[in-house]
Order: sequence, then structure tokens, then C-alpha cells
Amino acid sequence: MYRYDSFDREFVRNRVAQFRQQVERRIDGSLTEEEFKPLRLMNGLYLQLHAYMLRVAIPYGTLDSRQMRQLARIAERWDKGYGHFTTRQNVQFNWPRLKDVPDILDALADVEMHAIQTSGNCVRNVTADHFAGAAADEIADPRPTAELLRQWSTDHPEFAFLPRKFKIAVSGSPVDRAVTRAHDIGIRIVRNGAGEIGYEVSVGGGLGRTPVIGTVIRDFLPEGDLLPYVESILQVYNAIGRRDNKFKARIKITVGEHGIEAFRQRVEERFRIQRRAFEGADRARFEDIRTMFAAPAYIEAPTGAFDAALARDPAFRSFVDTNLHPHRNPDYAIVTVSLKAHGATPGDATAEQMRVIADLAERYGHDEIRISHEQNCILPHVHRRDVPAVHAALREANLATANVGLASDIIACPGMDYCNLATARSIPIAQGIATRVKERGDERQVGDLKIKISGCVNACGHHHVGHIGILGLDRAGAENYQITLGGDGTETAALGERTGPGFASDDVVPAVDRLIDTYLELRSDEDEAFLATYRRVGMQPFKAALYPDAALATGG
Amino acid sequence: MERGSPRILVRDSGFQDDDWRGEFIQWSGEGDRSALPHGVALDVENTVPAEDIVPLFGRIALIRIAFPSHMDGRGFSLARYLRLLGYRGRLRASGCFLADQYAMARRSGFDEVEIDPTLAERQPEEQWLFRANWRTHDYRERLGRRL
Repeated sequence: MYRYDSFDREFVRNRVAQFRQQVERRIDGSLTEEEFKPLRLMNGLYLQLHAYMLRVAIPYGTLDSRQMRQLARIAERWDKGYGHFTTRQNVQFNWPRLKDVPDILDALADVEMHAIQTSGNCVRNVTADHFAGAAADEIADPRPTAELLRQWSTDHPEFAFLPRKFKIAVSGSPVDRAVTRAHDIGIRIVRNGAGEIGYEVSVGGGLGRTPVIGTVIRDFLPEGDLLPYVESILQVYNAIGRRDNKFKARIKITVGEHGIEAFRQRVEERFRIQRRAFEGADRARFEDIRTMFAAPAYIEAPTGAFDAALARDPAFRSFVDTNLHPHRNPDYAIVTVSLKAHGATPGDATAEQMRVIADLAERYGHDEIRISHEQNCILPHVHRRDVPAVHAALREANLATANVGLASDIIACPGMDYCNLATARSIPIAQGIATRVKERGDERQVGDLKIKISGCVNACGHHHVGHIGILGLDRAGAENYQITLGGDGTETAALGERTGPGFASDDVVPAVDRLIDTYLELRSDEDEAFLATYRRVGMQPFKAALYPDAALATGG
Repeated sequence: MERGSPRILVRDSGFQDDDWRGEFIQWSGEGDRSALPHGVALDVENTVPAEDIVPLFGRIALIRIAFPSHMDGRGFSLARYLRLLGYRGRLRASGCFLADQYAMARRSGFDEVEIDPTLAERQPEEQWLFRANWRTHDYRERLGRRL
């Protein structure tokens, strides 16, 4: 894992001191609220529906037990005893008081954490594949790249006042678990014909009210050119991105209006000049960072305990089926801890649950934890012999829900229960669907199904890339939910297609029920997943199931 | 934007009166370049392409870039690009500015920030001096980036 050196430590402390002073200046009136706003946003502090909300970065989703315990302590001391893990590998505290925030930031700095650039019109927390450094299918660990980008973008003097926010994601595997194509810049580690490692760079992806799948701007960028190239993209965007209309300010609109060719040409022109500004220290730094992400000292031991538990315990078998993923070391497994108990708030973890996960990471997981954009926690390095013990401990803490990748493993934004942008509630819909799925009792038969819910067009719940996407809107004062089908956030990225008119909040769960029934009737066999069936048969049969009356009236 | 005197310059040492005695010529990137006298000071909007100013570098003593709003960061990129293209003259940011942006201005290649007296009153000198140590804690420097 990356460890702060004195530079990082001093930077973060200094930043807390600056923010402390900014809070004081806001209170004494020398800063107006309008002026204070970008400053608090650069430090992750939002003003929400009921209170301030502090969004803490978990860079590329990696943390250790000490950091997780500190999050638990913060949740208890300054908040209401829980935190909410988000779709961008952040954790949010929903009830801090303004005057306490500098102290919270100091407590974060104690464990090498911060809330810098988790909001505002700047380069946000850089995200990465949550299985980074562990996945069997990985070309290279994306985290050194993400850490280099984090350092480069932190407090970047040119890019703190961009036209709009800017999100970067990095994936190190051919399987894209980081939704890179839905980011302002998506970076995928690839190998060229000569076997060299480089980056495929896409630009202009994004969800929100105008969803766009990113376009590749460079299919192979040599590793050493990363910073000057990304800096060139940002410079062009900063200069020509629209500032007249907030809804047209993201880079996806810039790329769309100028065309990818013209945009690429501007970037390449800049890049020629920009390259001269970097003289190699960034490469040396990258090598230093890379050594910090070395693989853990794997244990060599027999895995018999795993096989015995598998033969003996059906609950364990279920857990293994869904919550384990292949590790690059065959004696190890990646264990996902679902924060989606049926009926719970997706992504919420109590201080006590955070401590359980921290203890398990320390005892069985080489002290590493990951947070996924799917709002779950991951123990990336567990020796197979220890999985039964981990499972038993998770069961005791009510954290052993065996539903990763299934219908109840729902992504949902905080929605109108917390967020002042929301137009509808998301959490109760997620809870309702998960509860219904449990009643149906066929979640495992249904298999791989990604349901994603957003409470407004800003799409924090990634509904556009859900196999079933649900978007909550306000229609004349009543919550109304549009459904999209066929979205995909992976390397075969696609945006979901709207089914038709929206549903009242009470009708959403029955609608999802009918979609699942329809899929089960239509699938060619048990191995054909929901998305594959949808791609094969198209929208029509699902539409007919959703709107039976309309189908009778119009013949489809 | 109001450009009435007295102008206050913010530099690393704090507030000072403007020591530039010459005129500023508003320049939009168009018109006869050869008509510009040597040693001139240019006023430019933050939308002027840096490349258009390159042919004038030898003749300009000062470029003043407008910041129409503290939320508009285009001037930072323009400044840095001018430096990358080889401009060595004086570079000034002017307009709506926060003391907290002073370090960003310096790191982007500006020599100084010009503010009006009302802003100076509301954001007094010590708030700017708080960010005058702009060379420390700069990740770009650590990554070996030249301006």
C-alpha cells in the first residue's frame, strides 16, 4: 500500500490548517458564502438537505485496518455512528457540524486520509478496479497509476476551477470493473503488439442527464507519457469547455460539440509542448510508488479447511458461489463483504461493522481492504484455508449476505433521504426490491443481474449502466420512476434503453418482479444471464410485461 | 471590468502600489500587430489563444489577464501555457480573485495579482500572506515538472 512520506503528511496537515482558517474567515464574515463554497467543496464539505455532509476520499478504494477503525471512530464521535460508502470509492458522513469539520480532517490526517477534491469543479478522487493487485485476470495493478494521478492532480493550480467536475478511473484488467468508459477520462492498462505496457485512454464518458460512453482518444499511450497527456486533455478542456450553462459544461459535451477528431488534434498539439515540461522525475516517482504496491508476503499452507467447509456447509457454499472471486495466487481468494443485506441501506456500514471488517483484514487479509464502486467492502487477499473463519465471523456480525452480483446487490444513491439535488427517494426503492427478491427466493437461479437506482438525473446511482436501471423523478409533486434496460458498465459498455412511461413508487417493485419473471421465461438456458437475454430478444417482450394494457391496445 | 486606480498589487511580500506607469492596450488577438509599440502592456481576456500572442513576446513588457469571476479558472491555464511557450515578461492576474487562489496564480506562472480596494478591504493583506509560501507543498514540483 502507498504510505505517506513527510511531503504528503505536511501537505495534508497544511491543508487542514488552511481549511481551519477558511472556516474562521467564513464565520467572521471576510468570506461570503458564495466565496466560501468552492473552498469548502475542495475539502469535501457539502451543504445537504438536513445538514453538512463530509465526503472523505478513499483513493482507488484502498485502505487498511487502522484507517477503517479511524472511520469508525469518526462516525461515532462526530456523526451518528455510521458511514455511507459511495459509487466513487468515497465514504460520506451525513451529520457533521461545521465547527467540527477541521477536527475531523485532522483525525483523518492522523491515518493518512483526507477529503481533498471529493467535490468542486476539480479533478476528483481517482478511482480504480476494486480487485486491483489481486485479480487473476490483471495485466498490471492500476493503483500505482492512480496514485501518480492523485499526486499530480492534488491542488493542481490550473485545474481547481474547471468548467465542471472531472472524474478519472483506472482499470488494470481486460475486464473493466472500474466503469472507465463512464468517466471524463477512462484509463485502461493494455499491452501492445511488442508486449509493452501502456494505456488506452478514453475521454468524454459520463452519466448524468446526458449519458455518454467515452470515446478512445489514444489507443496506446506509452506509460511514461501519462502525466503530460492527461494534463493536455485537461488544459484543452479548461480552455474550451463551456461555462455558460452548467448542464453543458462536462467534457463529454465539449468533445461532442467539437468532435473527437478536432478535440484530439488540440490535445496532441498541447501534448507536444507539454511533454517538455516533464523531465523524468515523475517516472522515478512512479517507480517508487510501484514498489509500495508490491504483493503481500503470501502464506504457503494447505487449503484443506476450505474444501472441508465447502463439503459440509451449504451456507458457506452459497457464500463462496457469489462472494468469492479468483485471486492471482490460486491458494487465495478475493472475498467481498456485501453491504447489501436484504432491506438495508446499500453502502451503509455501522462503526461496529467497520471494526469487524478491520479486524478480519488484519487477522486474515494481509491488512488490506477495498471499497468498490458497487458499495461493498472487499478483503482482497484471503488464504483459502481462512475463508471459513472469515465467513463465520461475518455471519456473527450480520455481514455474510451471499448476494454479490445478484439482484439484491443494488447500487443506490442517497436520494431524497439525504441529498438536496434528489427528486425522488432511492433507498426505500432499493430496500423494497431487495426484500421482494428475498421473498421470491430465486435470486440465485436468476443469477447475474445489476440493478442500479438514482434519485435524480445526475445519476450517482449509475442507473444508465444497470442491467435494470431505475431513475427517480418528480412529476407534479409525485415520485415517478423511469426504467431502463440493457445498460452495461464493463468493457462492453452500453447505455440502458428506456422502457416507456414511468412508474409510481408503489409500482416499481412489481415492475421489477415482472421483468425478472419475463427473463426467466425467455432465457435460453440457465447460463444465459439477464443482459445476454435482453441483447438477444430485445426490448419488446419486457415492454409487453411492463405495460400489459398498452400491449393489448396497440399490439405492442 | 472597472480598471480605476488606485490598483493594489499583491506579491509574495504583501500589498504594494502598482509600479507600472505605462498604459495598458486592450488586445483581442486581432488587428495590426506591428502597430504595437515596444515595451507595451497588454490587457487580454482569458479566451485569447496563447499561440496568438507568441509573435509579440519580444515586444511586450507585461500581460494582464482578466479573471471575470473567481470560479473561472481559464486564466491559470492561459498563464501557464504562455510560460511554456517561452514568455518571460511580467504576468499579472486581475479581477475577481480569492486570497486562496494566490498560490495557484503563482504556480501557474503569474508574477502578481491585481485587486481593487474593496476586495483588499474584505480580504486583508494577512490572508494573502498566508498563501505566499506557494513554493512549498507543491506536488508538481515533486514530480519534477518545469513550469
